Amino acid sequence: MGPQTRRHPLAEWFHRRGWSDLIIGLPYLWLLVLFLLPFVIVVAMSVATRTPTAPPFGYGGDNPVINLNGYARLLHDDLYIRAFLTSLLNAANAMILCLLIGYPMALGLTRVSKNWRNVLLMLVILPFWTSFLLRVYAWMGLMGKNSWFNGLLTSLWNWATPEGWAVTSIPMMHSNFAVVLVMVYTYLPFMILPLYSSLERLDPALDEAAMDLGTRPFGVFLDVTLPQSVPGIIAGGLLVFIPAAGELVIPTLVGDAAQPMIGRVISDEFASARDWPMASSVAVALLLIMVVPTMIYSHYQAKADTGERK
Amino acid sequence: MPDQPAPFLRIDGVSKTFGTFQAVKDVSLTIAKGEIFALLGGSGCGKTTLLRMLAGFEEPTAGRIWLDGQDMTGVPPWERPVHMMFQSYALFPHMSVAKNIGYGLKHEKLTKDQRMARVREMLDLVQLTPFADRKPHQISGGQRQRVALARALARQPKLLLLDEPLAALDKKLREHTQFELMSIQERTGVTFIVVTHDQEEAMTLADRIAVMDKGQVKQVGAPGHVYEHPDSRFVANFLGSITQFPARVSSVATDRATVEVPAFGATVETGLIPGLAAGEALTLAIRPEKLTILREKPAGLNAIPGEIKDLAYFGKDSLYRVILPSGELISVHAVNAKREDNRPDWYDKIWLGFEPASAILLRD
Ligand SMILES: Nc1ncnc2c1ncn2[C@@H]1O[C@H](COP(=O)(O)OP(=O)(O)OP(=O)(O)O)[C@@H](O)[C@H]1O
Ligand SMILES: [Mg+2]
Repeated sequence: MGPQTRRHPLAEWFHRRGWSDLIIGLPYLWLLVLFLLPFVIVVAMSVATRTPTAPPFGYGGDNPVINLNGYARLLHDDLYIRAFLTSLLNAANAMILCLLIGYPMALGLTRVSKNWRNVLLMLVILPFWTSFLLRVYAWMGLMGKNSWFNGLLTSLWNWATPEGWAVTSIPMMHSNFAVVLVMVYTYLPFMILPLYSSLERLDPALDEAAMDLGTRPFGVFLDVTLPQSVPGIIAGGLLVFIPAAGELVIPTLVGDAAQPMIGRVISDEFASARDWPMASSVAVALLLIMVVPTMIYSHYQAKADTGERK
Repeated sequence: MPDQPAPFLRIDGVSKTFGTFQAVKDVSLTIAKGEIFALLGGSGCGKTTLLRMLAGFEEPTAGRIWLDGQDMTGVPPWERPVHMMFQSYALFPHMSVAKNIGYGLKHEKLTKDQRMARVREMLDLVQLTPFADRKPHQISGGQRQRVALARALARQPKLLLLDEPLAALDKKLREHTQFELMSIQERTGVTFIVVTHDQEEAMTLADRIAVMDKGQVKQVGAPGHVYEHPDSRFVANFLGSITQFPARVSSVATDRATVEVPAFGATVETGLIPGLAAGEALTLAIRPEKLTILREKPAGLNAIPGEIKDLAYFGKDSLYRVILPSGELISVHAVNAKREDNRPDWYDKIWLGFEPASAILLRD
């Protein structure tokens, strides 16, 4: 037998028919039709001029064909700047909390027996089986002034703080706190699953080797486990941060209306203000804020990968 | 080896049970300082489990381990002066070769310069200085094995445990590395316990070997002693090749016994083993290289008639399979010391001769 490895007969058949190219091409086609094309349309809309027609935008007229008013307003109107900052801050807080809660959970998953592991993994994704809206409404109930949950936290607060600080209830609803809380709850599985898959691949013999060389268990975690799970941390972080920053439903339902997040701003510009070019400009800016760091990361990641394979 | 080695490591009646399965059964061993000791046995016989108990990853279910006079019971792995070279090497993939080797040193009170000097010394010892900055996946299997060795030696352990250190290497590299291991051991003076299932490797490397079977130590001794004087059928079979026949003692003299072997269709003379009595049924075993093929019936020597059934000529030596009068087969190994043309051939009728002391009598 030569060095040439033989393909599986099925793979061979697909290859002969030219189907393998098609199958490899499908995801790209998907990206092209459902991502790149809409994005081009949004970019095109962002440089249009608002008109009272339907659809409510056009090109040219009194304004230049490429109208950058929307982008200019982004930089000057502090409504947008504040919305961006609120979004990034809430998303960052949610991401960090998800990491702090999710990491021990993912690590725990790798340390239990196979049977328990399947049960616990099931529990991690179980919330997806009920409607997302229903779960947000449930949190609204819990955080409300008259709920047992709020009552419990209130008595805890009153018990733990000096006399003068007593309150009748904790104002949780309609705050960034509520937004972050519900986002952490919603996005936690997106953190746990990539972390779990990167932790599960680690060789337990490495932990033993580190212990054998004199390192205590917590040191083993810092020296061996943590550095090797960085790809999982970054994947989980992106999976939480990106949707959290653009989140619309959660801040609308439980957030502070005076401090809107950017998703809310886009939605308002499209629907209430009917300023499609402005809404598109905000959307493009949000996308750039998300995509550019991700691309820089994956560029360095790819470079590190090929460097390692040298 | 020193005459009366002080027990540096004492394994005292150690057993390990997983659930209802007993992986290690009542093992007792003493190992001297500076010794290379090999644990030899088939797959699943409990070698790794015994090693893991020495390293502290498993607690014995019963028994105690004493190292340099200290009871190791309850001492966690990170506090034991025992380092292990793992079967899979277990190198840290995110650290360079130098970082891997220096990893254990961060727990020592050393200045940065001292630490770097030690790492350099270790790199030099295993001849990996040019690869110091590579990651483990950028070097070859043999080099990885040497990194694992250097990492385990860097902290100057009292005892080094090597779990199948050479299993992942090809035959040539393995032979080369065996000698390298021995010379490193000589230079560092660290006590080595080497686990292997390769008997040649064990016999080359070790001062003493312990043959294990189903969690028990069957025999301990110098390789030559265990090979020439196995005390059980298992050990006789496990080390080298051997042919075994049922036999019965006919008479016992002061320095000889006469043993009747139905397979030979004759009685043969053998050496003695303690407590031998006429009429005792036991096993007679003989190694292929102890037999001589003769054209004529020899006088004096034990002689068995036979016919060549099969032969393999390797150049420097030959292996024969000889069919005995009873129809049973026996293997004979002959060195082709002379350049002759009338070597025994297929279907030749020949005689087999052997010294009385070459026959091994086994009760178990
Ligand atoms: N953690 C464990 N739980 C249950 N059984 C175990 C465990 N570890 C080992 N065993 C069993 O104990 C026996 C001895 O295992 P061990 O790993 O010590 O064998 P070994 O001699 O090193 O074999 P090999 O040469 O294949 O490495 C095996 O039958 C194995 O299945
Ligand atoms: Mg093993």
